[in-house]
Amino acid sequence: MLASSHEGEAGGSYLLRFLKAPLASFQDFLFLAGRAFGNILRSPHYYDDVFLQMDLIGVGSLPIVVPTGALSGAIIALQMSRALSTYGANSEVGPIVALTLVRELGPVLTALLVAGRNASGIASELGSMQVTEQIDAMRALGTDPVQKLVTPRLLATATMLPCLTVIADAIGWIAAYLIAVPLLHLVSSGYYWSSSWRALVPNDLAQGLIKPLLFGIIISLVGCYYGLRTTGGTQGVGRATTQAVVSASIWIFFVTFLIDKIFVNL
Amino acid sequence: MPDSPPSPMVEFEAVSLRFEDTWALHDVSFKLHAGQTHVILGAAGSGKTTLLKAVIGLVRVDRGSVKLFGEDITAMSEHDLYPLRGRTGVLFQEGGLFDSLQVGDNVEYPLLNRQIGEHNNKTDSSSAETQAREALRFVELEQTFDKFPSEVSGGMRRRVGIARAIVTEPPLVLYDSPTAGLDPITANTIMALILKERDVRNTASLIVTHRYQDGELMADFRYDPERQELVRLPQDGGSRHRTRFIVMKQGEIVFFGTRDELAASSDQYVKRFVRHEE
Ligand SMILES: Nc1ncnc2c1ncn2[C@@H]1O[C@H](COP(=O)(O)OP(=O)(O)OP(=O)(O)O)[C@@H](O)[C@H]1O
Ligand SMILES: [Mg+2]
Repeated sequence: MLASSHEGEAGGSYLLRFLKAPLASFQDFLFLAGRAFGNILRSPHYYDDVFLQMDLIGVGSLPIVVPTGALSGAIIALQMSRALSTYGANSEVGPIVALTLVRELGPVLTALLVAGRNASGIASELGSMQVTEQIDAMRALGTDPVQKLVTPRLLATATMLPCLTVIADAIGWIAAYLIAVPLLHLVSSGYYWSSSWRALVPNDLAQGLIKPLLFGIIISLVGCYYGLRTTGGTQGVGRATTQAVVSASIWIFFVTFLIDKIFVNL
Repeated sequence: MPDSPPSPMVEFEAVSLRFEDTWALHDVSFKLHAGQTHVILGAAGSGKTTLLKAVIGLVRVDRGSVKLFGEDITAMSEHDLYPLRGRTGVLFQEGGLFDSLQVGDNVEYPLLNRQIGEHNNKTDSSSAETQAREALRFVELEQTFDKFPSEVSGGMRRRVGIARAIVTEPPLVLYDSPTAGLDPITANTIMALILKERDVRNTASLIVTHRYQDGELMADFRYDPERQELVRLPQDGGSRHRTRFIVMKQGEIVFFGTRDELAASSDQYVKRFVRHEE
């Protein structure tokens, strides 16, 4: 009792310390987020930019999302087969794979990959535009950089990340099947599919889609935020890129934690 | 006199602005009237770029007031600033050309941009292209219309920047270090363009430069449209009095005056920006 409450406190202060730097600029970030969302309904709409970004972020991320999804499915199946066999529960491999992928690994792994690829890409692109005064030029020529740059990236990432996650989940599920059924003969093919599908309740599917939606929002806004506040020339661009990936990744874990807490209590 | 019309185009009153612990601008006051040129000199980091950005509200000042075309923009919203910015051309120190757009599209951008405001009649794209070509011809770069900014030289990019700054024929143009980092010949070409723009269209301008000779050119020469070249102004009067010099030091204006006053200054810092006669 005592030990656990003590542990909780230490965890809390550690978390606060860890989040101190992001909290300092959190207000600016929220302000940017507010403007980016506010612009969704306001004209002018830069549809071309939205589609361009969807292509860059969605289609462009497939080459890393597909193999990672496949490998994580295969790895879960391999690891679980050993654990399950000690309990004589080989037949449960399908449900375990499905739940792990859909609830947790699919969204988080995909988001981390996309954060590494696109939070950095967005931050370096907007950062270079900032240090070469293209952002100032935009404002001088009457274009709102949030409307033109941030909102399209927000829309594109928030819609593409759930799609990528579904694809990663599906590929992982198939890869796990290939390990569990043809390779290890843990269960029959029919039972693998039917048992794993039955294991998923709406709550899991909701988690599996809400998470990537939020992660998409985080990745795009964090990338834009660090990009737009870049100072100090090309070195500054490098710094902004690193900061964007680090803080997007931390936020992804933090939000996962929050959502899990909410859904566990449901 | 055209020198002192009632309302200046730009007016700074005791403007201060700080970044963290440095004053980028400190108690800066000046006026720029229609048709006038102010040449801004000063050491690196003395606040020259910040001053230009404050003119069109790209940076917000902490104290004092900034007026642009007679309107107080100190606390104006970004949206309300767009029409005023639409009447100001800017050449940025770092170029500011959109590298995702071709040269021609860069120059057309100010014409086509609808967000600038209702009172700027929408230009259709064919007349925008004509105007953009004309602006590029002005800087003698029509052949680069379909190139990307990364595909032309640094001096050419500077000229494209000038074309974009003047394509809407604004009454006020801000040039941030138009000749920095260029060889003397290219630098003189660019200064000739700036003088041509000033004298053909009688624009007011603020020019930041590291080269004293740029200021000398602005003060002592004019563009002669018939002979298509720069000619020296008569020593006494003429348009010489339209050019003023500002010297900045750590965010403050330490000198304001004519070229002759600048040359006669005994201040050690100010003297650094005057060419010494050999
Ligand atoms: N975005 C910013 N964040 C923090 N400090 C800044 C920023 N922009 C400018 N400064 C600081 O403000 C001061 C004035 O900068 P400014 O760019 O106006 O100088 P400058 O006179 O244009 O210099 P240069 O001749 O090198 O272009 C400098 O000390 C600079 O470090
Ligand atoms: Mg500067």
